[in-house]
Amino acid sequence: MSAIAIGDLSLLLVLPVLGGAALLFIPRRRTAMLFGGAMVFSAVAFLWSIKLLIQFDGRLAEMQFVERAAWVPAYGIEYIVGVDGISLFLVLLTTFLTPLSILASWSVKEKVKEYLFFMLLLETGMLGAFVALDLFLFYVFWEVMLVPMYFLIGVWGGPRRIYAALKFVVFTMTGSLLMLVAIIYLAVRQAETSQVLSFDLLRIYDLHLPFHEQIWLFLAFALSFAIKVPVFPLHTWLPDAHVEAPTAGSVILAAILLKLGTYGFLRFALPLFPDAARVAAPFFIGLAVIGVIYGAVVAMMQADIKRLVAYSSVSHLGFVMLGLFVFNVQGLQGGIYQMLSHGLSTGALFLLVGMIYDRRHTRLIQDFGGLWRQIPIFSALLLVVTFSSIGLPGLNGFVGEFLILVGAFKVVPGWTALAASGVVLGAVYMLWMFRRVAFGPLTHPENEKLRDLDPREILILAPIVVLIVVMGVYPRPFLDRMKPAVDLTLTRMGATQVTASAVGSGANRELNADER
Amino acid sequence: MVTPMQTFAADLLRWIPLIPLLASILNIFFGDRWGRKNAGLLACAAVGVSFALSLYVVALLPAEGVFRDTVYTWIESGSFQAQFSLQVDALTAVMLVVVTGIGFLIHIYSLGYMTHDQGIIRFFVYLNLFVFFMLLLVMGDNLLLLFVGWEGVGLCSYLLIGFWYHDSQNAIAGNKAFIVNRIGDFGFVLGILVLVIELGRLGIWTLDFVTLQSHIHHLSPEKITLISLLLFAGATGKSAQIPLFVWLPDAMAGPTPVSALIHAATMVTAGVYMTARLHFLFALAPFTLSLIAWIGAATAFFAATVALAQTDIKRVLAYSTVSQLGYMFLAVGVGAFSAAIFHLFTHAFFKACLFLGSGSVIHALGGEQDMRKMGGLKTYLPKTYWTYLIAALAIAGAPGTAGFFSKDLILWQAFSSPRGSEVLWFIGWITAGMTALYMFRQFFIVFHGQCRAEAHVKAHIHESPGVMTVPLMILAFGSIFAGWLGAPDYFWHAPWEDWLRPVFGSVHEADHGSVTTEIRLMLRTLAITAVGILVAYWAYGRAATLAQRAASLAGGAPYRLLLNKYYVDELYDRLVVRPFTGVSGWLAQIFDPAVIDGAVNGVAASVRGLSGKWRAMQSGDVQHYLIAFVAGALALLAYYLGQR
Repeated sequence: MSAIAIGDLSLLLVLPVLGGAALLFIPRRRTAMLFGGAMVFSAVAFLWSIKLLIQFDGRLAEMQFVERAAWVPAYGIEYIVGVDGISLFLVLLTTFLTPLSILASWSVKEKVKEYLFFMLLLETGMLGAFVALDLFLFYVFWEVMLVPMYFLIGVWGGPRRIYAALKFVVFTMTGSLLMLVAIIYLAVRQAETSQVLSFDLLRIYDLHLPFHEQIWLFLAFALSFAIKVPVFPLHTWLPDAHVEAPTAGSVILAAILLKLGTYGFLRFALPLFPDAARVAAPFFIGLAVIGVIYGAVVAMMQADIKRLVAYSSVSHLGFVMLGLFVFNVQGLQGGIYQMLSHGLSTGALFLLVGMIYDRRHTRLIQDFGGLWRQIPIFSALLLVVTFSSIGLPGLNGFVGEFLILVGAFKVVPGWTALAASGVVLGAVYMLWMFRRVAFGPLTHPENEKLRDLDPREILILAPIVVLIVVMGVYPRPFLDRMKPAVDLTLTRMGATQVTASAVGSGANRELNADER
Repeated sequence: MVTPMQTFAADLLRWIPLIPLLASILNIFFGDRWGRKNAGLLACAAVGVSFALSLYVVALLPAEGVFRDTVYTWIESGSFQAQFSLQVDALTAVMLVVVTGIGFLIHIYSLGYMTHDQGIIRFFVYLNLFVFFMLLLVMGDNLLLLFVGWEGVGLCSYLLIGFWYHDSQNAIAGNKAFIVNRIGDFGFVLGILVLVIELGRLGIWTLDFVTLQSHIHHLSPEKITLISLLLFAGATGKSAQIPLFVWLPDAMAGPTPVSALIHAATMVTAGVYMTARLHFLFALAPFTLSLIAWIGAATAFFAATVALAQTDIKRVLAYSTVSQLGYMFLAVGVGAFSAAIFHLFTHAFFKACLFLGSGSVIHALGGEQDMRKMGGLKTYLPKTYWTYLIAALAIAGAPGTAGFFSKDLILWQAFSSPRGSEVLWFIGWITAGMTALYMFRQFFIVFHGQCRAEAHVKAHIHESPGVMTVPLMILAFGSIFAGWLGAPDYFWHAPWEDWLRPVFGSVHEADHGSVTTEIRLMLRTLAITAVGILVAYWAYGRAATLAQRAASLAGGAPYRLLLNKYYVDELYDRLVVRPFTGVSGWLAQIFDPAVIDGAVNGVAASVRGLSGKWRAMQSGDVQHYLIAFVAGALALLAYYLGQR
């Protein structure tokens, strides 16, 4: 690959930000044109990512579409990007949901230009974080994402937007500063061993650090990612951010940004520091299961639908964490699958909440009731998404949840049994919410004038609902493409375990060998 | 040997569930366009085609044979695999006939029953979807696919109980049904997980029934007991057994055809089907089997007592269903799987007939369900009356009817099987008497005596149209003759045992007691049934006493205890629901905002406080900075010297 020609993946990265730049040249009163421009660029980015999906070789475990260029040679910082079966679908989730979120932002009337600019910048930031293979580059993208999200909440948010935006940024920054220190430390150690200063992730994978170093580095990374996930008890920024964020902000936040936390564990914290991760696993499994139950129990009593969905995310992401920390193929595949499923179902939930908020300017459950009679299409779609979130077999949520449970039950049956109580709790809070919103008599006269979803809104939700069904009925295209990369990640976790086998359990090693 | 004809049938299997699904999807998108009537006809036609296909497949099924149709691999992760694969064997064949056959009749009936309902398209969408999931449940060739159907029927049940959602009570009943079922499913899922992991240790990573059957005995007895207990927990939810039966009476909030199809004939029997499907597993778990037998017997008895006191026409039938399901589990518990399935089969006919008959009554009375406002309907609704009488005789176990044979078989097995006992038989026997009593109590209150309906209702009482009464007649026919398929050997050599033998094998033939004992027990059952009917007649059937009894149905304290179902709902509310909502409320309103978020904001506040102090250090005075600089340099120097 020549140094000048821009690669497929880089093109995907620059497309949104290029679009954002292009918007700056459109007069701000031409809002339709601004929206159109943003739609075109994000849609092209989506189509481009589909092209990558088609070209992607699902049999390979290695990174594909890899591009490499020197960036800051003096410090060994490079521009390295690539995609494997793990990041592929997260990239697709991002490119899929961004245009839909933009389309859902029709009700934004103020500072449209800046809003759309930030949305597109955010997309590039997220995509960059998913494809970056240089630790420093990853860190840059990780931080870049904060800026547009900060403004999206802080400028276009609800009444307490400044508080929420600040909380979001301070929380995230607290974690990421330690991660930066750890990243630099890793590069320095890399230079010590190989005499080459480099932040190249694939190189650093092979740097088998002793346990006493791993544990500190792991904790630095893990704190940063755990805040993002969010892992109980670091979750309190999430409900505030969701409640105040505009609809598209909530969608992106829940569907994609949170996944960067779990993705971070999967790509960085676990394979880079496998021995430390194994030692910390019981702790994280405990927190994950507490999160599953706690999130669900707290969600039940929320009066605001957005807060309810926010806590349900704590619960669902607890499942993902459980899957990741049991170090076997079902746990990991289930975890990744659950990330995608949660992205779709929670994204759709926030979209639906946004649509009803646009009409009624309230999100309180008590302000609704009996909506099915008035707005059946809305209610029916809410029903599908509700059951997707509950994990009804045949819809997407079940596949990930079940695989996580299978993977986790091998390793920690007691904790897994506790987590499985989520199947009851999830039904309790979601159905209770659904009943109070859609069923019963139409008690509020304001709701008698509600319009049902218009074609634009149906167009936004239909692709998500179709995917919810497809991923439930036919998960193989997804699972198969993840498999090699998941196996490789497991090897990385297991490989160092053999060299530094002071810690770790025999059961996992046996399973890894079995899976390979 | 697979002849080409049979291969053809195997490839057909997928269409049996898929056709109702397609009809459901079509009606979602085009139902409004082609109108309520056509949507209903499409829904009926779809189930009719499924029924015809089922009969075709069953007719081709060789005695020892299984048809299998593997569509695709559903989930594959590591070594774990779950196929989307359907099968028909003798057991599934019985269920196919019940689900599509009785389902078809109930679909037809619904055309009449729901004709004035604005939501009839939605109704048929749900109903077809239900048939799809129910067929998946009985045709799935592995436990995970069975679970898909299991949850899917739960979804449809939820939607149909809350079908008239504008009344919050209906929606609440729907939620209750789903959540109580989910509590059972929590056990079911854990059971599946233990099974997956334990078999995985042996290198087996599938859940299809053939593999399970051939490898289950490799597991330790403790694990088998654990798995069977967990799976049975799921069955107590779905099939409304103690302690999770509480949702089924409330489920009567749904339209009556739904009660007939889902909450009597098919879905609630899924737990019985599941245990029968996994008979090889349960057979290895004697403790679980005893527990099942006792829970079944206790539920049968307990629900029958409650049914004695109910005033709502459908609630009597609901508790009756719980009670009859108890009989089926009693059979399962004594290892008589074939008898359990036989009762499932006959029960589907007479209970569907009773529910649809009650629907006909409700329909005629403009929605009235309170039996105190009925009476004397014999003359107004002759067809409903006669079919109801036949079905009531069948469930009571009058000689020659379907219920007579199937209940008698269960009682006989409860007595004679090595797992049975005289106590179990006795509970079943008493319950048989109560069954006759509550059924004929209802029968006399509803159809005999004076009509107690209000005048404006009375003026409009009419017999239901043919679209409703013809299904009633067919079901009444089945309520008599379905039982002859499994009549005991002293009547004729009935095909039932032979048909199911390839599935269940020969169950303890050797332990059968003598025919004379069998006949003696049968006569005792007949006697107590007759007593039940006579008591009902004495108390409610004579015109003189009926009016006054009906007026004062709510009597003394024991009566109120029964009427209020032993206050089990209230007990659960106190023990489970309120503590849970209390904890949830405390966590959501106090712990999370004050303690966890409070800690966060506390950290933030202290940082702010600290930074206020540090700001004071940035005095702008160079001398201060210099002192700090020197101090820092000294500290570093000291550190490095210390390292040496």
